[in-house]
Amino acid sequence: MLKIDLDTCIGCGVCEANCAFAAITMEDGQPVVNEKCTLCGSCVDNCEVDAMVIERETKVNQVDLVAWSGVWVFAEYRNGRITPVTMELLGAGRGLADTRGVKLAAVLFGSELGDTAKDLVAHGADTVYVADDPAFAHFTDDAYGNVLTDLIREHQPEIVLAGATAIGRSVIPRVATILGAGLTADCTDLAIRKEDGALLQTRPAFGGNIMATIVCPDTRPQMATVRPLVMTPRAADDTRQGEIITVTPLAMRMQSRVKVIESVIAESEQANITESEIVVAGGRGLDGEKGFQLVKDLADAMGGAVGASRAAVDSGWVGYPHQVGQTGKTVAPKLYVAAGISGAIQHVIGMQSAETIVAINKDPHAPIFDVATYGLVGDVFEILPKLTAKLNERKG
Amino acid sequence: MKIFVCVKQVPDAKDVRLDPKTNTLAREGVQSIMNPYDRHALEEAVRLKEQHGGTVTVISMGPPQAEATLREAISCGADEMALVSDRAFAGADTWATTYTLSMAIKKLGGADLIICGKQAIDGDTAQVGPGLAERMGMPYLTCVRKVVSVAGQVIRLERMMDDGYDLVEAELPMLFTVVKEINEPRIPSLKGKMKAKKQELVMLSAADIGADPDLLGLKGSPTQVVNVFPPEMRGERCLLEGTADEQVAQLATKLEAIL
Repeated sequence: MLKIDLDTCIGCGVCEANCAFAAITMEDGQPVVNEKCTLCGSCVDNCEVDAMVIERETKVNQVDLVAWSGVWVFAEYRNGRITPVTMELLGAGRGLADTRGVKLAAVLFGSELGDTAKDLVAHGADTVYVADDPAFAHFTDDAYGNVLTDLIREHQPEIVLAGATAIGRSVIPRVATILGAGLTADCTDLAIRKEDGALLQTRPAFGGNIMATIVCPDTRPQMATVRPLVMTPRAADDTRQGEIITVTPLAMRMQSRVKVIESVIAESEQANITESEIVVAGGRGLDGEKGFQLVKDLADAMGGAVGASRAAVDSGWVGYPHQVGQTGKTVAPKLYVAAGISGAIQHVIGMQSAETIVAINKDPHAPIFDVATYGLVGDVFEILPKLTAKLNERKG
Repeated sequence: MKIFVCVKQVPDAKDVRLDPKTNTLAREGVQSIMNPYDRHALEEAVRLKEQHGGTVTVISMGPPQAEATLREAISCGADEMALVSDRAFAGADTWATTYTLSMAIKKLGGADLIICGKQAIDGDTAQVGPGLAERMGMPYLTCVRKVVSVAGQVIRLERMMDDGYDLVEAELPMLFTVVKEINEPRIPSLKGKMKAKKQELVMLSAADIGADPDLLGLKGSPTQVVNVFPPEMRGERCLLEGTADEQVAQLATKLEAIL
């Protein structure tokens, strides 16, 4: 509960002004809390006379925190290959494990996994738990979730990380619910708090307009899904030694109430823009399918993939697989060209990790220029063809 | 078929931002809207009802103001509505929220099918759907883009994956979450608007749903927000100068090293 000491309160109204949820109103010079309060604590932090306090009662399901040790990464294997985010998680997990002075383990489920476990060791895992079974050939929340839950209960890691992918964001909430563990979605930063070793999980909220840092003070494991292309993988070191432990789950734990009849891989037309080193993206400023063709032409000239803002996708100029941003894909190419894109935070959050960003927009005040390495103020219909011609000329 | 649709009233996320100087939230003119993904969940539920019969109940956990969102859902084709509202729910994370919603749905007689939006645009967690299914003891599928068929208790769906999609089959009762591609939500009909005005709102408190107070709100939430701050910008802002031709020439030179 949020408690306000009205004797201490000076009625300054700072709490009202700072409340992100409009949950405090000043009535007769005194703050009154309404039901919108989420107990976020920003009023407590901002109160200059310390009149506010959040009383947290002790949890019933409090666990013995010390019994839980080690950092785990859920290794995602799909269609015969390990997903790139797995190596990123191992990179981030290695750092966390070293800071905590504990081991880093990977959990790998799949069918006909070959030498994948060794690859995980080369990328930083000390231990790999491997369950290789035809039951894992297709992803199901039941089989993957049951076996992961069982392994966590048995080995009690303090931290469990998974990719914020279609699979990770589907199965990990189930595991967290069963375990009564705290789970933070789609993290973009992870760190260890010095005082108590807690995992600080930072993620965007409100469509990326706000960043929030979250901890799980009383429960274990601390679980997080992590946005792809944000963490840095370590270079593979084939001389690294690690322990590979084969797990044989009970058949009943690998049964699924949902049956996958068919897995359809999208065709090459839906080229995965997350894997291209160059992305040329267009937005509302292209003004139509015809205008958007200029973006495709430049992408061709640069040998890059085509990206788009949500406005361009919603207008039907280009398909959803090309969408970059909060509700689309996150990309981190060497070069990102944003043409006719104003740079709303929802778009920027999906491309700000690019090494070099070029922005072309007629409005010199467009927020896209705030993140651009090079900004060109002008008409996209004039600049894009000229740039395409110039690059083709240099190539030719 | 008894269908439940979970809806959330959210601030229009595109309007919400922190003032980087004062670290306070600029909330002037921020509208409360029905979470956009939930509209698609509702539409799919209404279509299934129209094809296969049954009822659609919209349920929301939130403050009393969320009634407006529930009434809007009625105008778009839902039959009944329930608001789960209590100060004890304040500070609930997704773990406590799924507990609360599951207790409320059980109190209302359970469901054959629960449909949720993929995620809410304020929290963006996408965790309530899977968590609620687990608490209801139901199988679930996330990011469904198409209901292929419903034959008796067997439902066939397409769920989006990062590299394509899966065609999957499950038996009712089950839960699925939807992406926007699944349908085009209808606009409220006049008849719907009339019904929305008259429809009785079922109000449920923590005591009504028989919830364990230790599992509610902040007390029942394993996660805790410790800091809120505006996103960092790269802040380079290097504008090239001159005519279009001059800018293009400068850029081409600068890009030589990369291309």
